[in-house]
Amino acid sequence: MRAAEDRLLLGCLRLAGAAAGSIVLLIVAYLLAEALPALQALGPLRWIRDASWHPAGGAGAGRFNLSPMLIGTAAAATGAVLLATPLSIASALFCRFYAPRRLGGGYRRLVQLLAGLPSVVFGFWGLVVLTPLIGRWQPPGQSLLAGILILTLMILPTISLLAESALAAVPRAYGQAAAAMGLTRWATIRQVMLPAAITGLSSAILLGAARAIGETMAVLMVTGNVVRTPASLLDPVRTLTANIALELGYALELHRSALFVSGLLLMGMVALLVGISEALRPEERHG
Amino acid sequence: MSLPLRPQPCLEVRQLSVSYDRRCVIDAVSTVMHRSRITAIVGPSGCGKSTFLSCLNRLSDLTPGCRLSGSIRLDGDDILSARTDLIRLRRRVGAIAQRPNPFPLSIRRNITMPLEHHGLRHRDRREAVLERVLRRVGLWREVRGRLDQPALALSGGQQQRLCLARALALEPEVLLLDEPCSALDPVASGVVEDLIASLRGATTQVIVTHNLAQARRLADDLIVFWTDEGRGTIVEQGPADAVFTSPQSAITAAYLSGSRG
Ligand SMILES: Nc1ncnc2c1ncn2[C@@H]1O[C@H](COP(=O)(O)OP(=O)(O)OP(=O)(O)O)[C@@H](O)[C@H]1O
Ligand SMILES: [Mg+2]
Repeated sequence: MRAAEDRLLLGCLRLAGAAAGSIVLLIVAYLLAEALPALQALGPLRWIRDASWHPAGGAGAGRFNLSPMLIGTAAAATGAVLLATPLSIASALFCRFYAPRRLGGGYRRLVQLLAGLPSVVFGFWGLVVLTPLIGRWQPPGQSLLAGILILTLMILPTISLLAESALAAVPRAYGQAAAAMGLTRWATIRQVMLPAAITGLSSAILLGAARAIGETMAVLMVTGNVVRTPASLLDPVRTLTANIALELGYALELHRSALFVSGLLLMGMVALLVGISEALRPEERHG
Repeated sequence: MSLPLRPQPCLEVRQLSVSYDRRCVIDAVSTVMHRSRITAIVGPSGCGKSTFLSCLNRLSDLTPGCRLSGSIRLDGDDILSARTDLIRLRRRVGAIAQRPNPFPLSIRRNITMPLEHHGLRHRDRREAVLERVLRRVGLWREVRGRLDQPALALSGGQQQRLCLARALALEPEVLLLDEPCSALDPVASGVVEDLIASLRGATTQVIVTHNLAQARRLADDLIVFWTDEGRGTIVEQGPADAVFTSPQSAITAAYLSGSRG
């Protein structure tokens, strides 16, 4: 009886796993198929060697340099992760170890709300509040900086909620041992809690980074979208995602296929990130 | 034995009651634990022995819903008062838990990290303490070659002795031991028992044990807990010899002779 139930469950789980896996594979295959014409016509180097991004002229007259947008995406995501990581971990630590129960609960609700806010709302807020503010200081305001700040706000709740559940998963016994040894709260956190939660914390940061790379709408609304490698934080940039969103509507033939190449590139970046975090992951501990 | 002629009180518990989420589990117990002596606490499972012990270093604070009333004096100061410096209290009153709970760090760091935290700056001195305490709990020969491996990879009994070594490293005045030998084989158990006996005269020890033979071997004083409809109380206490040879209450007599509990 039991064994039959188990077999049924196993079957269902295998089916679900296979479905999830094959969906990813199908999407990659589709991206590859759509990108293939451009990759064949242009070769591997024109994406970084061409003088500019003017993809409408076909293989001869068109220019296909994706690197300014690649750099735009990398810069915006890196900046946001660097800003959001310490803030979100601080927020998780506050919620978990310092806030009185009531306050902690209310605060968590607030962060959850922030996590659920549609990205277009973030973009809208950035457009009418943030960019004018930056613009007053250094026109035009639509800039890499604005993109970084908006992305920071967007991934902050993601990282912070995941970091908090990573900390919550640390066995209570560790905290009790630390208290019994007369460790202060901060020493307990630094010496015991953070090391014990490191795997969960790094995957929290990873998911935040992936969200930052993939975010489209909010970034598109605040970064100015000029295709140029930014020389400073205050220059406008265009990210790969914004580029796809802006141009896919009218792109034809080789141009369209080139946009799929940038989609592949995005996917590659996220895969790279997952690979890095997998490599950095400490060995699973015993016990 | 180098016991002072007249035992001096170290921990004085008066009318201590403990409840978890309003459910009373210890009901107005009063007792005294004497300086530099070994007090053994025995009693059936669930009668509040671990709970009682956790009040003595205020680890009970960590359990949400746990409320204490009454007073516990350590050298005359009420440790249940809101002004108590908990860090200092727990430094003076070391404890090892019923279930071993080493930090998820290396064997070495389990001992050196708290030392460092409590101000032992010299690396060499920390290493010296590390070796000394690991020898005392009989773990040195077993782990000397793998001090930098995770403590959680040790066996349960080894983890328990590591926790004991960790507590000893801070040289506490009082040591609370909650069934320190329950996970140990007879050899390791003997090592720990010898250690506890060797600390007699230097450290005030309170040990919870289910092993009556062990209590008989180790205890200077004995406290017998009992549970009355879920409320833990003390049915008998006094010098161990006296309680073992001529118990006053019928419950104790039956329990100590092994026919109940
Ligand atoms: N964290 C807790 N929350 C609620 N109730 C608890 C908690 N810890 C212990 N109790 C209850 O308090 C009572 C005493 O438990 P305690 O662990 O102190 O017993 P014990 O004498 O140490 O038993 P054992 O010999 O089995 O270790 C039990 O009824 C137990 O269910
Ligand atoms: Mg217990």
